[in-house]
Amino acid sequence: MTGSFPFSMLAALVPYTGADAFSGALLMLAIFTPLVLGLLLLFLRPADSVVRSLAGIGFSVPLIGSILLALGFPADAGNAYAYYLDVPTGLGLYGISLKLGLNGVALPLFLLAGIVGGAAGYFAIYRSNERAKDFLTLLLIMQGGIMGVFASVDVFFFYFFHEIALIPTFIMIAIWGGVSRRGAALEMAIYLTLGAMLSLVGLIALYVESGLNSFDLISLKGYLSDTSLSTLVENNIFALLMFGFGILVSLFPFHSWAPKAYTAAPASVSMLHAGVLKKFGLYGLIQIALPLLPNGLAHWSSLLAWLALGNVVLIGMVTVAQRDLKQLIAYSSVMHMGYAFLGVVSFSAIGVGGAILMMVAHGLSVALLFLLGAAVYDRAGTYDMEAMGGMARKTPALAVLFIGAMLASIGLPGFANFWGEFAIFIAVWTYSPWMAAAAALGIILSAVYGLRAVARIFTGGESKAIQERSAEAPFADLSLGERTPALLLMTALLLVGFFPGSISRPIDEAVEAEFVTRGLADGSVQDSSSSSDYLFVEDSE
Amino acid sequence: MIQSPEQIEWITDSTRWLVLWPELCLVLLALAVLVMDLTLPASRKHWITGIAMAVQAALLALLFLPGFGVSEPHAYFGGMIEISPQGQIFRGFFLLCGLLTAYLADRYTRSRGLPRVEFLHLLLLATVGLMLLSQSSHFVMLFVALELVTVTFYVLIGYHRRSSASLEAGLKYLVLGGLSSALLLFGIVLLYGAAGLPGLFASTGDPLQFTDLSLFIRAHPDHPLVVAGALLVLSGVAFKIGAFPFQIWIPDVYQGAPIPTTAFLAVASKAGGIIVLLILVQTPFAGLEAWLRPLLMTVAALTILFGNITALVQRNVKRIMGLSGISHAGFLLMGVCASFGPGSVSWAANAVLFYLLVYLLASYALFLVMNILAPAEDSLQTLDDYANLGRERPFLGAALAVALGSLAGIPPLAGFIGKLLIFIAAYQAGMFALLTVAIIGVVVSIFYYFGWILAAFVRRTPLTLDGESSPVPGWPRETGAERTGLGILTALTIILGFYQGFLWFLL
Repeated sequence: MTGSFPFSMLAALVPYTGADAFSGALLMLAIFTPLVLGLLLLFLRPADSVVRSLAGIGFSVPLIGSILLALGFPADAGNAYAYYLDVPTGLGLYGISLKLGLNGVALPLFLLAGIVGGAAGYFAIYRSNERAKDFLTLLLIMQGGIMGVFASVDVFFFYFFHEIALIPTFIMIAIWGGVSRRGAALEMAIYLTLGAMLSLVGLIALYVESGLNSFDLISLKGYLSDTSLSTLVENNIFALLMFGFGILVSLFPFHSWAPKAYTAAPASVSMLHAGVLKKFGLYGLIQIALPLLPNGLAHWSSLLAWLALGNVVLIGMVTVAQRDLKQLIAYSSVMHMGYAFLGVVSFSAIGVGGAILMMVAHGLSVALLFLLGAAVYDRAGTYDMEAMGGMARKTPALAVLFIGAMLASIGLPGFANFWGEFAIFIAVWTYSPWMAAAAALGIILSAVYGLRAVARIFTGGESKAIQERSAEAPFADLSLGERTPALLLMTALLLVGFFPGSISRPIDEAVEAEFVTRGLADGSVQDSSSSSDYLFVEDSE
Repeated sequence: MIQSPEQIEWITDSTRWLVLWPELCLVLLALAVLVMDLTLPASRKHWITGIAMAVQAALLALLFLPGFGVSEPHAYFGGMIEISPQGQIFRGFFLLCGLLTAYLADRYTRSRGLPRVEFLHLLLLATVGLMLLSQSSHFVMLFVALELVTVTFYVLIGYHRRSSASLEAGLKYLVLGGLSSALLLFGIVLLYGAAGLPGLFASTGDPLQFTDLSLFIRAHPDHPLVVAGALLVLSGVAFKIGAFPFQIWIPDVYQGAPIPTTAFLAVASKAGGIIVLLILVQTPFAGLEAWLRPLLMTVAALTILFGNITALVQRNVKRIMGLSGISHAGFLLMGVCASFGPGSVSWAANAVLFYLLVYLLASYALFLVMNILAPAEDSLQTLDDYANLGRERPFLGAALAVALGSLAGIPPLAGFIGKLLIFIAAYQAGMFALLTVAIIGVVVSIFYYFGWILAAFVRRTPLTLDGESSPVPGWPRETGAERTGLGILTALTIILGFYQGFLWFLL
């Protein structure tokens, strides 16, 4: 490995000519602009307005970059990586180098990360007051890490970027969090470290057991599609990844950290974590575990299905019992993860595609709900829904957006979530009809808590607390700083809801191609000797 | 057992004092600081530390100049000393430890009115001992070097004479250190006795020289004297590393010792034990791998568990450093286990080296912060003394957080890469049970490392009813030099997490 880091980084861009050099640079910029600006702010002490505008740039570049990359995504990509880059690190001997690229599975989540990151960032720029510089710095680093996660082709960096994003999360909860921030941050840190460590061992196991001594996902895929691991090894590695990633996505018995952390966290942190970063685990299952270890999934699928049902049904019931708005949103986000797991379990292209679509839709809707929940709190001065009421008359725009977000989260047609849940239900039905029926119960549960929340907050007579508070200072409707990010998220929800093909086409192609490569097209597990061809990878050695 | 003229000739030929130039320079420096203390006028005496540090830094730079590099292991002094690339890196490592400790000692002795030069003198001698230790290839050399280190530590630990904690720690180390030296010596004697028996096959040669001894041990791995001797030698080494069940002295001694000594114990002395263990398993005890590897793996697992579980309930920062240091010793042992025996990983020793370097950077950064904030009786410093550090002194707070994060092994900091390499090596060597224990250890360690960060950054809800915040303690200012040093250590900890290409020994 020769050449120092910045130079080799430039060198890696050079082989790209014409439009490709542009998109390669765009990909790097989308990841490293927030990181570099975050590090810059860490050491400088500029004026407050400069901080906010720098942060604005830091969140806009990934937003615009991810949209441009999504627009320019090649139509016939299959499961190959577009915009592929390879940047050497000092660990080349150990098979670790920074490989970036997007395939059909990664692209929707990369786009989600750009959009939700933009919304959360703008909201934080508008809302944060206490030690704003430190908060925005950490949020920028978190955003950079998140963008990196979904653009990593190297499994090591996939993990690495996740942790870069996770550390600021702990710190922001611990410092700017609500009432029980200390305990929540500590519990989250311990739980997520456990999950991260389990999945790390699983990834190391892949690295060693494949005999490749490489973390490169493309070579791992290529190798394992020809040669399979022994059943025992495959099952064990899958178990490590399933429980490790499962803890990170708040899979049923390992979910207790999530509601506490999201309730204690500042709104923009909840938006980014529940909306995007938490999808890391599911994304890992779909992008890594599913193609590399299909037999492992087959072996564990019934247990995973039960746990996912636990998310949907049990946590759904817990959600219904909440009277704290933020806790309700937090629990509902845990609940909806169950659907995505069910999609993976169903072991079919439509189920997996549905799970990805569901992740995107849920990310948008839960981020919007956390944002609007914070807006409600800023006005009502409480998260207790029993103490609210009749806010629709005072804040019509807030009410409309909130109702829209809740309906999206329930899965009403017209919003993105509908398509995700729809595909998942079809897939689960073929897997096991009664399980689909049990999961459908979740829809009823989410309608119950969603509509009840809307009713308690926005309809009926004004509660005493609200009256007292509005007497002190009149309620204002959504300000520009709240409206911009909210509309951004709502637009994305509706766009995907009305034109699901825009997102689902690359997903479908990638997932189908993956299933074909591994000989899983008919849902059965068998060895296949066909090898995939990677159209866009030029130097995958 | 010198028998033939050829052997005598070889011994005289291989005695080249110049190969020990860094050690000789340090000994001369140790004498020079005493002379300077006598001759320099009182107003100039504060230069002494600076001069000593400059010489150490120059030696460190010379050691890694291209012309001074060592590509092949080569024996000197009739097989007493072996200069090898690995030993060369450890030489540099110990020099760096000595340099940083001298830096810590400057503030410590000055602010407490303790004699400055004597500390420096002893510290330099201990550094020399450790450097010789990392190149010894003969049990006599090993024992003499180890005793040089141990004896200087007796004084360095009890250095703060007016502090009863320091004296108590010194006494404890004296008793337990004496015991460990005795065990080590007894083990050496047993090995000597066995290998020197003329009736046994392969008993010719020098029974204390590692290469000769390894031939004998390979031929008689089950000889009771060999087994007993090796076990006793390893016990003595385990004491230095702080490995279970010889870790019992660590919390009390770390707590009582002056901060610079604690730092030197935690990093240099532990690394000294590890390099001895590496040398032993690479050469003389290589034939014992059949039982040595399972034994070391068990010890590593127990060490990791003990360190992490006992650290959970601590609030005294030096005890936390001591007990968490025990768990780091466990991780290092894990790397050592992967480096020898069947299915060994060729680069595992390099991973151990990287882990040690990362541990050095983070530990010294922590001790620097601790040194600045320490009250006069530094053995009583607890997590409560760090309240509001992040708000009042953001630079120290950030350095503290980075160092703790690196020790906890959180990406993107260097500590994570260290743990990752050790874990990969352990997996490749097939040590799954140990890996499981290590994972549990990492998760448990998050609790106390993160608790320390929380103590420094999160405002506690005030307990008083009138809402008065607790008074800010009168922390002394850090000097510009300390800021620079802390900045370099922190920056290296971050950079090594992203890019490791300039560490030639990894490749």
